[in-house]
Amino acid sequence: MGMTITEKILAKGAGLDEVHPGQLIMCEVDVALGSDPTAPLAIEQFKKAGGQSVFHKDKVVMIPDHFAPNKDILSAEKCKILREFSRDQDLKHYYELGEMGIQHVLLPEKGIVLSGHFAVGADSHTCTYGALGAFATGIGSTDLAAVMLEGRLWFKVPASMKLIYSGKLPKWVGGKDLILHTIGKIGVDGALYRAMEFHGDAIEELCMDGRFTMANMAVEAGAKNGIFHVDTKTTAYLQDRTESAYKVFTSDLDADYVETIEFDVSAIEPQVACPHLPSNVVGLSELGEISIDQSLIGSCTNGRISDMREAADVLKGNKRDPRVRLIIIPGSPKVWRQANNEGLFDIFMDAGAVISTPTCGPCLGGHMGVLAGGERSIATTNRNFVGRMGHPESEVYLSNPAVAAASAILGKIGGPSELGLK
Amino acid sequence: MAHKGKVWKFGANIDTDAILPAFYLNLTDPGKLALHCFETNNPDFCLNSHEGDFIVADANFGCGSSREHAPMAIKAKGIHCIIAASFARIFFRNAFNVGLPVIESLEAAEKIGAGHEISVNIKKGEIRNFTTRETYRCEPLPDNMLSVLQDGGLIPHLLAKKNTQ
Repeated sequence: MGMTITEKILAKGAGLDEVHPGQLIMCEVDVALGSDPTAPLAIEQFKKAGGQSVFHKDKVVMIPDHFAPNKDILSAEKCKILREFSRDQDLKHYYELGEMGIQHVLLPEKGIVLSGHFAVGADSHTCTYGALGAFATGIGSTDLAAVMLEGRLWFKVPASMKLIYSGKLPKWVGGKDLILHTIGKIGVDGALYRAMEFHGDAIEELCMDGRFTMANMAVEAGAKNGIFHVDTKTTAYLQDRTESAYKVFTSDLDADYVETIEFDVSAIEPQVACPHLPSNVVGLSELGEISIDQSLIGSCTNGRISDMREAADVLKGNKRDPRVRLIIIPGSPKVWRQANNEGLFDIFMDAGAVISTPTCGPCLGGHMGVLAGGERSIATTNRNFVGRMGHPESEVYLSNPAVAAASAILGKIGGPSELGLK
Repeated sequence: MAHKGKVWKFGANIDTDAILPAFYLNLTDPGKLALHCFETNNPDFCLNSHEGDFIVADANFGCGSSREHAPMAIKAKGIHCIIAASFARIFFRNAFNVGLPVIESLEAAEKIGAGHEISVNIKKGEIRNFTTRETYRCEPLPDNMLSVLQDGGLIPHLLAKKNTQ
């Protein structure tokens, strides 16, 4: 029996010739990531366990991004723990304000995670790196402490499911819509404990940013990881970002999949996930009239340059509805500078948007756009649980950047076509 | 004699934002986290649950973020054990790592109701419902996982192992 790409990377991590779903293995990791909400607990546990130095100072990455720039005194204390630990341990990859970006935008951009890598992070959206043909999954703080101590961790090999996307993507439909549509079909536990492997000609057409968006939300279907095969787009992306060698893994033709699902993407319209689950998905045309108070464009899901351009294409020459607050958060300094150089900030500001420094901020109700009771936001983020973006009686609708931009102009959730954009 | 306790019943897809909202992530003291456990999602539980109570839930308990604060808060609240039809995978790992027993049993999740009095024998893989006089089976935990729980989590377990070596 052949192996899937996920099984091959796990086998490499475990130093085995082959692995099979359900097998418990001990894996060496290439990258271990922590951020301000989770790493302080991991550092505390690391010290409690008698940890002196991390297993590899180039492989432990610390990013203060959730509540940074420090939103209050408690956040400042947490970020300080990260900063001091990173200095004490002489970590290569600690990024201070000015270089700091949202971790899952920053790590691929810096060439820290590469194809074939085994990456873990104390953040559930660590699965984003699957877009590079890497195995990447979220862990908790204690697991991160164990990895920092020993450089390895136990895992259960997940069964893989194959998702095949065929057909031509309609205008204004991208990675966000494909993954929302998928979660809408299979549910928030439709891929529980599994690997989601993305295939099909529509996936080949998708840009890297669109693939990051899809892999990012694999966890929203309960998956352990989401993964793509390496193609010319992947190698071109990596060429600009690393000089290190990397290994490309490919699923065998006779690999075993627990389930295969096929989608015709030509029939998919922009998707919206309604409160309060990412699986509560409808096509934009079925939504009805939903007025909004805020539109948020950014996050580890949609904070990359393609997302900024997509928003600008819609916002250009338009003005936000006076009742809507439009918040745009480029995901890293590089995305920020590039958007600025391309003139996107003029478009955003002319449209009445505020542009934030990179941060996770409002996505998890932290800062820079928290909602009040009874308020409603359209957001390009990944979760719409009760109270996710602030008050427990606020509501979050998830969409792609074009829909979030169009909604800001319309004052209600709607698409670019309602603005006459083709 | 296994510990007997009262059941708090939860539905499907209980997310970590419901267990502990993100704005409390800056807290790390278990006692403080416990004060906010299910604060907005289930204020009755937050105010009135007692040491030794159980949580029984439907599928995908603990979905969402990787925050270990969620099982920490539930453990600090004094919950003896969580039984669910299934768990989100990061939550499942985190629960063991902080020393909070979690058990998968579709049958128990379906048949146990709010306020029922139950006991769990993790080693034998047996759940007893004293209210309905039923017994349900679940996968018994292997000894290595039991000893992680008995030591109070992964790090205390590693320290205990080190001390006995």
